Amino acid sequence: MAKTLFEKIWDAHVVQAADAESPATLYIDLHLVHEVTSPQAFTMLRERGLTVRRPSQTLATMDHSTPTTPRGADGIIPVTDEIARKQLNQLIQNCSDFGVPLYNLGTENQGIVHVIGPEQGYTQPGMTIVCGDSHTSTHGAFGALAFGIGTSEVGHVLATQCLLQQKPQTAEIRIDGTLRAGVTAKDIILAIIAKIGVGGGTGYVLEYTGSAIRALSMEERMTICNMSIEGGARAGLIAPDEITFAWLKDRPHTPKGEAWDAAVAYWRTLPSDEGASYDLQVVLNADELAPMITYGTNPGMGIPVTGNVPAPSDLADDSQRMALDKALNYMGLQPNQPLIGQKVDVVFLGSCTNSRISDLRAAAKLLDGKKVADGLRMLVVPGSQQVKRQAEAEGLDQIFRAAGAEWREAGCSMCIAMNGDQLQPGQYAVSTSNRNFEGRQGKGGRTFLASPLTAAATAINGHIVDVREIL
Amino acid sequence: MQPINTFQAKAVALPIENIDTDQIIPARYLKVTDKNGLGEALFTDWRGEPDFVLNQPYAQGAGVLIAGHNFGCGSSREHAPWALQGFGFQAVISTYFADIFKGNALKNGLLPIVVDAATLARLTEQCLANQTIDVSVDLANQQVHVAGETISFPIDAFSKHCLLHGVDQLGYIQAQEAAIQAYETSHAARVNTVGV
Repeated sequence: MAKTLFEKIWDAHVVQAADAESPATLYIDLHLVHEVTSPQAFTMLRERGLTVRRPSQTLATMDHSTPTTPRGADGIIPVTDEIARKQLNQLIQNCSDFGVPLYNLGTENQGIVHVIGPEQGYTQPGMTIVCGDSHTSTHGAFGALAFGIGTSEVGHVLATQCLLQQKPQTAEIRIDGTLRAGVTAKDIILAIIAKIGVGGGTGYVLEYTGSAIRALSMEERMTICNMSIEGGARAGLIAPDEITFAWLKDRPHTPKGEAWDAAVAYWRTLPSDEGASYDLQVVLNADELAPMITYGTNPGMGIPVTGNVPAPSDLADDSQRMALDKALNYMGLQPNQPLIGQKVDVVFLGSCTNSRISDLRAAAKLLDGKKVADGLRMLVVPGSQQVKRQAEAEGLDQIFRAAGAEWREAGCSMCIAMNGDQLQPGQYAVSTSNRNFEGRQGKGGRTFLASPLTAAATAINGHIVDVREIL
Repeated sequence: MQPINTFQAKAVALPIENIDTDQIIPARYLKVTDKNGLGEALFTDWRGEPDFVLNQPYAQGAGVLIAGHNFGCGSSREHAPWALQGFGFQAVISTYFADIFKGNALKNGLLPIVVDAATLARLTEQCLANQTIDVSVDLANQQVHVAGETISFPIDAFSKHCLLHGVDQLGYIQAQEAAIQAYETSHAARVNTVGV
């Protein structure tokens, strides 16, 4: 029977099949761990006298509560928040006690968990990957079944390397056509979420297909899969192909020599079979897409940057009308107003969605020789120490600094605002991150989600612009 | 986990759709290393508004939250159900729940009760008109008794069994040790993170 990519990976990881009474038990190939969602899981292991079953299939890093402020003269990144310091120290202790490898703050491979997994070649096609973090969907760009889990499940995987899972449904998100200049992978995923809504993918694994997806680089594919969760889907998938293999080859932890050849031969069997069926299909045309931006307080509230903010009075559904009214009130926006020209206080370039080297290059190209607008603050936060070094080797940091932007250490930074980087109440930000929920980037802060290109163009102008007009 | 079967509680309504985990508990409260005290931070930014439902005297002691569509979207933070339970909630009623939130809630004994849109609208209206309504939940029969009517709700068989009997899901997986070992014997590990 013809199988989807999802079904092939699922079937290859079933330890005990589901029956009428119980979910399936799935084997997990790679478990990524960070400081925020793991402490209570390690505590549970201690309380029950358990060990980590497979430390060699577990990797920890620090990213969420870590400061991204520049290093001191001693080369150390200062942690001034005592509660955060305690949490970071707890991770060091837990990893030491249980034998879990850790990329400690400021060390050469440390970074955002969803940046370093692929970067180091741990993330590979056909794998099951979990992390106590909803943006684990990022790794689906490689054709890995990757999804976020809660802290109880972190404990399950630490102890058994397995998870109990109800089998999700599958949806094909097909995007054919060719992106126009100035339109990016971020705009594709924002358009998808605007179409299906923040709950539209609930219960589904999304597989992105079509010629527009096949044309994307790995980093662009990661941006798309990253935000699958913002449409409610736990996981996104893109079939591995030559672009995937080329990107992975010779990474530190990918197979080498004959083992590489064997791995690639297996990976070539993974794409969905001809005639495989999905429970749902959604179709978009890349030719018709424009740069996207959000106007509201969830990632589904997105419009083309040249569009107008919708009006609550146009909505027939009471619940939707109330939600839009609440969102516009929080955002301080008027129905039917354009977003072009909207003044912005902060531009944030970073997060597991858009902090990779290609994102920084794209923004630097626009900022080269230009200045960030007077009074606007721009933070550039590389996704990992490796991305930071690469950017510095290419002189991108100099471009950002010369433009008046802040060049930071690697971490989640202002995407999650639990590390000192945050908006002030009432401030507007264009952010390349993934969530525009109320207060997400700081209590009272107001977020417009957009691509690195739109973010850079906005930084130069001080207000929201259509990046296509300056390309 | 303590078994759950039947319970009675006062319900309050928070009729907002797509309530995300950043509203349930903002990230700045996630720097803790235990589960204690999170109830105080539940909906903390909304509780800054005097009119917010959980600030009202009648909401104190509430055990059921009647929410809008799609409750719990956003992050994987298990702090969200911990915070709801810390405040005293035993169940949330909505038309559907975000997948990760739902899984987290069930593992902690916080019951996600799914009802259709018309039922949710009716319950919300009754609750808003009376400030609170008394709800009786019967998990074994998958029923909610409220305002003279009986509403059935779905729940997967395994989660129901675990909640009714206080079954620990980790213990259930550990009992499959032979199958896990067999899998590991027949499938070489795909990564080795040790020694990095």
